[in-house]
Amino acid sequence: MSVKMQRRTFIKASTVAGGGLMLGFNWLAGCRPASDAALVMPESWTNINAFLKIGENGVVTIFSPNPEIGQNVKTSMPMIVAEELDVDWAQVVVEQAPLDTDNYTRQLAGGSQSIRRGWESLRMAGATARRMLLEAAAGQLEVDVDELTTDRGTITHAASRRSLGYGDVATAAASMAVPETVELKDVSDFRIIGTGRRNVDGKSIVTGQPLFGLDVVREGMLIAMIIHPPAFGMRLKSFDAADALAAPGIVDVFSVDAAPPQDSRSWSDVNAFPELVAVVGRSTWEVMKAKKLVDVTWEKVSASESSGEHEADLEELLRSGSARRARQDGDPDRAFRTAATVVERTYSAPFLAHNTLEPMNFFADVRDGQATLIGPIQTPEYLRRSVAGILGLPENKVTVEMTRMGGGFGRRLYGNFGVEAAVISQKVGAPVKLVYSREDDMTQGTYRPSYKVTLRAALDDNNTLTGFHVRGAGIRESPVFANRFPAGAVDNYLAETLSLDSNVSTGAWRAPRSNFMAFAEQAFLDEVAEVAGKDPIEFRLDLFARADVDPVGKDGKEGNDYDPDRYAGVLRLVRERSGWTGRRQGNLYRGVSAYYCHNSYVAQVVDVSFVDDQPKIEKVWCAVDCGIVVNTDGARNQAEGGIVDGIGHAMFSSLTLRDGVPEQRNFDRYRLIRNPEAPKEIEVFFVENGIDPTGLGEPTLPPIAAAVANAIAAGSQRLYRQPFAPELAALEVRASDG
Amino acid sequence: MATFTLKVNGVSTEVDVDPDTPLLWVLRDHLDLRGTKFGCGIAQCGACTVHLDGAATRSCAVPVSVVGAKSVTTIEGLSAEGTHPVQQAWLEHDVPQCGYCQAGQIMNAAALLAQNPSPTDDEIEQGMRGNICRCGTYVRIRAAIRSAAGGSR
Repeated sequence: MSVKMQRRTFIKASTVAGGGLMLGFNWLAGCRPASDAALVMPESWTNINAFLKIGENGVVTIFSPNPEIGQNVKTSMPMIVAEELDVDWAQVVVEQAPLDTDNYTRQLAGGSQSIRRGWESLRMAGATARRMLLEAAAGQLEVDVDELTTDRGTITHAASRRSLGYGDVATAAASMAVPETVELKDVSDFRIIGTGRRNVDGKSIVTGQPLFGLDVVREGMLIAMIIHPPAFGMRLKSFDAADALAAPGIVDVFSVDAAPPQDSRSWSDVNAFPELVAVVGRSTWEVMKAKKLVDVTWEKVSASESSGEHEADLEELLRSGSARRARQDGDPDRAFRTAATVVERTYSAPFLAHNTLEPMNFFADVRDGQATLIGPIQTPEYLRRSVAGILGLPENKVTVEMTRMGGGFGRRLYGNFGVEAAVISQKVGAPVKLVYSREDDMTQGTYRPSYKVTLRAALDDNNTLTGFHVRGAGIRESPVFANRFPAGAVDNYLAETLSLDSNVSTGAWRAPRSNFMAFAEQAFLDEVAEVAGKDPIEFRLDLFARADVDPVGKDGKEGNDYDPDRYAGVLRLVRERSGWTGRRQGNLYRGVSAYYCHNSYVAQVVDVSFVDDQPKIEKVWCAVDCGIVVNTDGARNQAEGGIVDGIGHAMFSSLTLRDGVPEQRNFDRYRLIRNPEAPKEIEVFFVENGIDPTGLGEPTLPPIAAAVANAIAAGSQRLYRQPFAPELAALEVRASDG
Repeated sequence: MATFTLKVNGVSTEVDVDPDTPLLWVLRDHLDLRGTKFGCGIAQCGACTVHLDGAATRSCAVPVSVVGAKSVTTIEGLSAEGTHPVQQAWLEHDVPQCGYCQAGQIMNAAALLAQNPSPTDDEIEQGMRGNICRCGTYVRIRAAIRSAAGGSR
């Protein structure tokens, strides 16, 4: 396969290499410890391109461009480079690259897109370097480049039985012209991609090395914390810091406005509380204590909203609101008017906080007309823009380094904490690390919005689905995806969207909207299948067949978001692997669910037992089609995590507001899933189809809530409201009452 | 401010801090042992788990003034080279995702196994209840603990 170079990615490498500016750009290796004791680190390095450098002994450092939030791209992205470079993975050291928009594209962790959108450039980076090494070797051996082969870091000229290591020709390779086109490996020749490789930071993690934003320490660094309004709808009026300033270790207390100017804002600037009181001191505990000594006066600037009102307002909106028609096929009104059976159900879900286990934090050093920011951020490029804007600096005076993140789940797409750190550092004139307490973190979120959706299905005399109507509302956004399943599979279809304005800040939370819509859609279809007297898997497969063979809608297949064949594929695979015969299997009750989002397909079967009327999740079977799996073990881990995360939030989690005040401030009242509540066993399997890879950070989460709800329904009752736990607890009470 | 002599990872160290300073912040801010993590500050998540005389303890809720002569072990002191059986099992099962909670999970698991070398599945689950993993690696955590217990059960 011959592929044209992506000029944008490599133009700089080309200039540097061609101009010879960076030749032999060496520095002592001693400053960086080897990740593996067995690896002998080189004495000097040669930069080949922005993605890799090669040591004289053949050890390769690969720079991972994208932020690492636990989705394991710091292992999987370098694996792709190493594959095309054709190097032994044991000889690879991985480093996190800083934000560098001249050399990398889309340094962002979000939408499960790192692998999908990095795939081509990562392969190119490895293949280009390999080609340049080959050309350098050809020159050195005085043979034609086509007579050379590579094998895990060694270049061989078979005819003359001579070979060279990559390290031997690295310096020469760096002066080669960057090739216009490169050969990429055939999928069947992959030796690293498609295998299981351990987390490159594994050893550092289990030995407690400082990897995270909260672990950043720099010379002269002060600790900063913020005080934000106690309720949405309130704003800072005044404060008296006399007592706090007199407390030991406190350097300064002041107010800041961390809202970037309009022209440097992007979608990632979401913050309900830009005006804050900052407390700066020597150590974290001293600052935490001093925070309590600041006497702050707040003023009300807009409504004090409560969850009860949100619930009632969303209900009213669904009943009588004027909706936007997002898609209509056929004549839905007529289909429902003439239906033999109509099923209508309403599903709802609460606000969720992200609750990354590492609270928000950021290091900033803003002095002498430049700014250095270091910390956990999913959107470093947007952070740089916002920080440059608010500080009044050109973007090239702002550097952003990404630490490993103690979770992201979407919260760290919104970098207000980084902007706050920068503003505080500028004001205090010293490097600071801003640290949120758990309470600061949970009560100032960009929450997953609360949603409510009504679904209606029309069945004819033959129990064929003739009409489908989805009408969905949410706080500040509707959850509805107009062109997702079963759009395209039903003759008469209507999707309507509604949203409710609010002063509560909301944002993307792992698999935005899908995390709720998959529950509503897949729980509803399960119930419709039951009403129709059909097996839930057969029922779905029939719909996929329709969308495949005779898709509904003016744009045919192109008008639907999904590929029905791949969708059906995961469903068939999970049916086969779980030995599905129906909703009951001995003492176990089974539920099934399938969903497509973020370009990947997932189907799940859940086995539930009941102990004292309470469901226990025994086993989850999970079929995934994300194309080529880069790191099989990392992929399985990611799938398992999405499943546990999805179960936990559907079962237990909720953030409620009373008069604008979040009622959960820490993990004593905010319930997260704990070890005994996770499934006993999770089995994950992947469709092998050789298609270019898509993402896995999000897709296994959305369908699991419905799979669990459907399994519980098989043995007990239908669930329409998240979290499930309160309703299930009530079940037990009813049962014990007699 | 007061001076406290702490025995941390086998070494005696003096710190000059307020008596109510949680052990967590003494470790992180004053002794530069940053492997012990801050998650909640109210002993609800387990990220800050250390050993006090071998017992798993939430260091965020222990004022330095009550530590006394008790021996403190942090993740950095669990083994010199990361060779503790629990650490090895964590690597073998490639447990971490984001990794932030894992030092606390490992310290809790090590104390659990020291007390009960062959725990049942139920004892593992209940014994690890106090440690939240926001990424949801619980199934691997259990498997790693079973491995470390010497079982290929």
